[in-house]
Amino acid sequence: MSIAAEPRVPVAGTSVHRWETDPVLTVEHLTMRFGGLVAVGDLSFSVGRGDITALIGPNGAGKTTVFNCVTGFYKPTEGRIVMRHGAGAKANLVEKVTGSSARYETDKGSGVFLLERMPDFEISKKAKVARTFQNIRLFGGMTLLENLLVAQHNPLTVASGFTFAGILGLSSYRKAHREAVEKAVYWLERVGLVDRADDPAGDLPYGDQRRLEIARAMCTDPQLLCLDEPAAGLNPRESTELNQFLQFIREQGTSVLLIEHDMGVVMEISDHVVVLDYGVKISDGDSGFVKNDPKVIAAYLGVDDEAEIDVPEVRAEVTAARHEHEHQADPQAARDSN
Amino acid sequence: MEYFLQQLINGLTLGSIYGLIAIGYTMVYGIIGMINFAHGDIFMIGAFIALATFLILTSVLGFAFLPLVLLIVLIVSMLFTAAWGWTVERIAYRPLRGSFRLAPLITAIGMSIVLQNFVQISQGARVKPLPPQIQGGITLMQGDTETGAILVQLSYMQIIIILTTLVLMAGFTLLISRTSLGRSQRACEQDRKMASLLGVNVDRTISLTFVMGAALASVAGLMFLLLYGVIDFYIGFLAGVKAFTAAVLGGIGSLPGAMLGGILIGLIEVFWSGYFSVEYKDVAAFSILAIVLIFLPSGLLGKPEVEKV
Repeated sequence: MSIAAEPRVPVAGTSVHRWETDPVLTVEHLTMRFGGLVAVGDLSFSVGRGDITALIGPNGAGKTTVFNCVTGFYKPTEGRIVMRHGAGAKANLVEKVTGSSARYETDKGSGVFLLERMPDFEISKKAKVARTFQNIRLFGGMTLLENLLVAQHNPLTVASGFTFAGILGLSSYRKAHREAVEKAVYWLERVGLVDRADDPAGDLPYGDQRRLEIARAMCTDPQLLCLDEPAAGLNPRESTELNQFLQFIREQGTSVLLIEHDMGVVMEISDHVVVLDYGVKISDGDSGFVKNDPKVIAAYLGVDDEAEIDVPEVRAEVTAARHEHEHQADPQAARDSN
Repeated sequence: MEYFLQQLINGLTLGSIYGLIAIGYTMVYGIIGMINFAHGDIFMIGAFIALATFLILTSVLGFAFLPLVLLIVLIVSMLFTAAWGWTVERIAYRPLRGSFRLAPLITAIGMSIVLQNFVQISQGARVKPLPPQIQGGITLMQGDTETGAILVQLSYMQIIIILTTLVLMAGFTLLISRTSLGRSQRACEQDRKMASLLGVNVDRTISLTFVMGAALASVAGLMFLLLYGVIDFYIGFLAGVKAFTAAVLGGIGSLPGAMLGGILIGLIEVFWSGYFSVEYKDVAAFSILAIVLIFLPSGLLGKPEVEKV
């Protein structure tokens, strides 16, 4: 029934979803306050492993705030954000880490990371969460290749014996460096920018910068890739290419969480859609479910509300009420008009 | 002509020392956008550590082979001064990161005063002499052979200073352009937050920047000690201001700019004292700075600030 791409492992029926049985990320009771403003209030949702999950909602709904909390840009006021490596929900391990003072616990490729406790560079380095920005943040003065090499800073630093072997040009470092360049070139090929590898990133046109930013995020070997409006400002052809690229990333085993306004993109590629409005979750399910959810239609698309106001009688009533209100609010004006 | 050549050599030597200090200013400015006013005093501490190490090695331990002694002094003073640089950053600047813009500047000035007074109290206010260690040189031009007057001489000391500076600059340029650490420093320079989201430990990168700047300043301190033979707790001030001027002249934030600025300031100073008057050499250096900044506000090699959107 859904026009979404089929998940790699089809889920049985509609009641069992991968984001419930095998979540890579769970956001639990997340609240973010800025002074008196509640940007996100008591938000809980899960991101399934290997899914493309879309976070949608009107402007100001708090989507980017959620991203900022997940990637360590903000420390959430309340709530828990758990990243999991390796299959399964790992409920026991999550409780154990939460109960201890540890930020994370790993064991042979599987692990549990409490992102709200971790500084931002560890979220990328240890928990393997990468993100891109709505307003692109490339290192404009550095070349495309260097941009992708910065993303591989951690493995390279270890290989370079914390820089000393790197200065001396030891062979182990040269090998690591060569591998890093190979990986960078691989991702440059994927986004079709390999012929511009030595140009400054700031010189690229907008659409290319967007793809380069995703390629850079992928160079950190993320398990979860968070994309903030990746299709913004892209033309329809670029948008289609982006869809294919995101499918490819998902096939590489990276789960994707994206914020998107372009409903064409969202409905076409998402396995799971979470809808926010005023910092509160109003709907959560696969794209077919969300699309037909009356709450989403009312709050997000808002078509029906506007249609109601367009009824002539209603409009007349509204005008009358406003007129009355103005008179009450301004006695001077009211007297004058009399 | 001979006089000009001699002054040129002297100017390059002095300029190398300024350049080494200026790199510390320019790197720190590049990465966290603050002027580290305590950097001149780190240079002074480097000179004191070099003197202490030198005296311990020669008088207490009885080392006599000068090249080895100087090499050990160089390494020891770089290590210890780097530790000072790291400590200053850790206790005085890092806690204030993210505070309002003027806060680190004020602490830097405070730190400068603290370091000066600390050295003044612990080492005494009198100048510390070191007898000339490296003498002699290559005579490039000789005048009248009967009187034996030397017209142009390149002393071994000057050769050592210029060569060491060149080697350090080359190594340093490689480090910044080729290694992973250098790349992450440049990334932090452009967008610290983004760099940390890519897994770069920004705090550590900034610490290492201070460490590198301090190590280079300590080399300058050792050179200063060997060249002039006297140091006191106050040498950091004027040398620091000159090196800062050099960094601004070359374009603050630019490494080649710092080196170029250092050499230019050294040349201006030496030529002015050689041809006009010694008293006004500082006035000349700072006037040139003012003139350059009026016509080239971002310095000689600096990139104009681009508005971020």
